[in-house]
Amino acid sequence: MNNLLWEDQLKQQIPNLRRYARALTQNTASADDLVQDCLERAWDKRENWKDGSNVRAWLFTIMHNIFINGIRRQKIQQEYLSKTIELSIENSEEQLFAMRDLTACLAKLKPEFRETVLLVGLENLSYKETADITGVPIGTVMSRLSRGREELRQLMTRDAKPKLVSIK
Amino acid sequence: MSYIKRNITEELIHAYVDENLSPEEHVRFERLLKNDSKLLEKVESYQAQNVMLHNMFDSVLDEPIPAQLTPSPRNIKAWNFPFKLIASVLLLCIGGFMGWFVKDNQTPRYNIVANLAQMATRAHMVYTPEIKHPVEVAAEQEQHLVKWLSKRLGNSVKAPDLTSEGYELVGGRLLPSTTGPAAQFMYENNIGERLTLFVRTKLNIEKNVAFRYYVEQETNVFYWVDAEFGYALVGSVSKPELLGVSNLVYRQLSL
Repeated sequence: MNNLLWEDQLKQQIPNLRRYARALTQNTASADDLVQDCLERAWDKRENWKDGSNVRAWLFTIMHNIFINGIRRQKIQQEYLSKTIELSIENSEEQLFAMRDLTACLAKLKPEFRETVLLVGLENLSYKETADITGVPIGTVMSRLSRGREELRQLMTRDAKPKLVSIK
Repeated sequence: MSYIKRNITEELIHAYVDENLSPEEHVRFERLLKNDSKLLEKVESYQAQNVMLHNMFDSVLDEPIPAQLTPSPRNIKAWNFPFKLIASVLLLCIGGFMGWFVKDNQTPRYNIVANLAQMATRAHMVYTPEIKHPVEVAAEQEQHLVKWLSKRLGNSVKAPDLTSEGYELVGGRLLPSTTGPAAQFMYENNIGERLTLFVRTKLNIEKNVAFRYYVEQETNVFYWVDAEFGYALVGSVSKPELLGVSNLVYRQLSL
């Protein structure tokens, strides 16, 4: 294994891993814990990586597993719900509100929907890569993407119009 | 609508949103969109989701990588000697490397914009604790200060008026930066809290950069790029308070 090449590629992925983790957990500290766990595990398993294979997909797969295991233990999920949402700030207040909306609504999505929406929409990974990372068939990625985006849209429209109450 | 048709449409919608369609399919789908306002609304909302996600989280890419993600005592065994050495070199190079992997004008932005917050923070930490000489030119000579800094920066700079947020101008100074002279304006409120506004010009960045947030040792920074100016407002005050002042600075300086 070419150590330099491997480490080089690993380092280059850190900003992307951090962005994805931040969007997933919406908390800087939990996100960096996730990245750190991911890097440590990657280091432990470095012998498994082969020259020329996709480091990015490999790292995202490791991160997915850590995240999902964390969700199973309910740890990350609780932190995620209880801590304040951190946002980077856009200029216009309107945008700011829309984004606050989006973050709040993202939080309401099932973790597997959230992951899929973020891997495709934010990390611009292909459906195939997303399927490999999350360990499900492409068909499942498609239906998660579809349901995730639609739920997000419904949630955001609903949150944007709090005064419209449906009459039963 | 039949089950099959609905499914095909779902797949198409996402392939369109994610730009996975062939040019022919793309054209065909856009024709479909023209005649279906509900579909159009849905597609636009999905596209907006992607844009918002990037707006919200892309700034993470520019953030300096925190120390815990590089060798630490906890995992010193794992991040052993050669890796540490290589990692430190790589950290230095990573900005440069990014250039090869990120397209177009994002390349210079990566360094310059991230540097802005860091340089501003350093200058803030050096000069705000000063009792006797916090500034080179005091606020009493504001006209002279602004004229002098404008001349040195080669572009007309202004010291924003932050009195409505409770901050009075203390004065300013000329600073070196990685790409030429920069200016620092210092402000103080009635309980002695100090903010500094770091200004650089001639950034040669085509796009404006929206407010971004950076934090170092409990010092908060909001920084942005507007026309050819890069600004960073630094202070050890709360994030919402600093954001309020940043908005005021932005409104005054973007006129």
